[in-house]
Amino acid sequence: MKLNSIDARGRSCPEPVLMTKKALQNNPEALEVLVDNMTAKENVTRFAKNSGYNVEVTQNGNDYILSLKK
Amino acid sequence: MNEKKGIIFTGIIVGAIAVLLVKLGNPGNMGFCIACFLRDVAGALGLHSAGVVQYVRPEIIGLVIGAFLMSVVGKEFSVRGGSAPFTRFVLGFTVMIGALMFLGCPLRMILRIAGGDLNAIIGLVGFTAGIYIGIIFLNKGFSLKRTYSLPKFEGYLFPGVIFALFIIFLAVPSLLKFSQEGPGAAHAPVIVSLAAGLIVGALAQKTRLCTVGGIRDLILFRDWHLISGFIAILATALIGNVVLGQFKLGFAGQPIAHTDGLWNFLGMALAGFGSVLLGGCPLRQLILASEGNTDSVITVLGLISGAAFAHNFKLASSANGPTPGGQIAVIIGFIVMLAIAYFNTEKSTEIKMKEDVEIEA
Repeated sequence: MKLNSIDARGRSCPEPVLMTKKALQNNPEALEVLVDNMTAKENVTRFAKNSGYNVEVTQNGNDYILSLKK
Repeated sequence: MNEKKGIIFTGIIVGAIAVLLVKLGNPGNMGFCIACFLRDVAGALGLHSAGVVQYVRPEIIGLVIGAFLMSVVGKEFSVRGGSAPFTRFVLGFTVMIGALMFLGCPLRMILRIAGGDLNAIIGLVGFTAGIYIGIIFLNKGFSLKRTYSLPKFEGYLFPGVIFALFIIFLAVPSLLKFSQEGPGAAHAPVIVSLAAGLIVGALAQKTRLCTVGGIRDLILFRDWHLISGFIAILATALIGNVVLGQFKLGFAGQPIAHTDGLWNFLGMALAGFGSVLLGGCPLRQLILASEGNTDSVITVLGLISGAAFAHNFKLASSANGPTPGGQIAVIIGFIVMLAIAYFNTEKSTEIKMKEDVEIEA
């Protein structure tokens, strides 16, 4: 499947959320956001939900993969 | 407890404890003030010699240890750093110059408003203006670049140093300086201050409470999450102050405050601008420093150095108002911050997005 993805690892908030916001401006069906801390995970998740996306979180070592879907 | 309830609960606890700390001896409207308390710690260590502001605030020790323990228990202790450390030091330094112009960090600004100090409303307007400038740069692509994982021991050092300071404070206080009069001599009992810090540190770690983040997220994302904590602190402290008779409405004669509106505005604007560039207010920096973020440790060192310089060079305001040196320092602070913001803003603001990138799961 073709997926848009963002690597926001190492970025401190609000950067991961800003990156997600910019990516969602094109109104994609799905987006993957890669983060590496709980705060970013929570903030991106909250932002995505407020923007009308469902979020699925998968943990991969210290990273979290957030799958955003309409 | 869900996220929303958690942050509001934390705000209520912070507001209530702040009011009680004043009742039990802390200076007026200074239940918590990260800027003032770090400044007092700098004084106790002899980094500046302003005799009226020297005390090892147990609240600071409690905040650090509370946040550290909570992050370990919650498996969130994660050691990282390397995101423009010296830039963060300079930003921390400059935020402190702004805060000491106004006489308080953003958290104390809320507490001052809750005590009826109208000068702090002007501070809040300036703070918001500063945040707004910061947001302009964020939207243009400002970034201090990423952090990297660091050895675990690096992260234990800051809580360790703070704990060592606490041991010295208890065991050999003669090594430290303590104010005999002035704000530094006004404090709640040690055990109460320590407990207050521990509780607030743990809660703030868990909920990411941040005064600058609240206004920033509201403007940037129309997200009310963090600001609900801000509002809860204000509402609780306001009610608490009225109930305990600590509320006094007006501009003049407010505790540890001056009435120079322009410089209250500019001081807080500088603090707000810098805090947005740093990604969090002084409280948040202290909490992050305790959970392994060594960039925030460097920021806290910048705040402490800023406080020491502010008093050594008479840049900090007093109840009589700002000093000429302080005014010059705030203006230089804006120039430095604008330069940092400008030179760390990526010229291409295009979305960094890759198609067909496979993420290894």
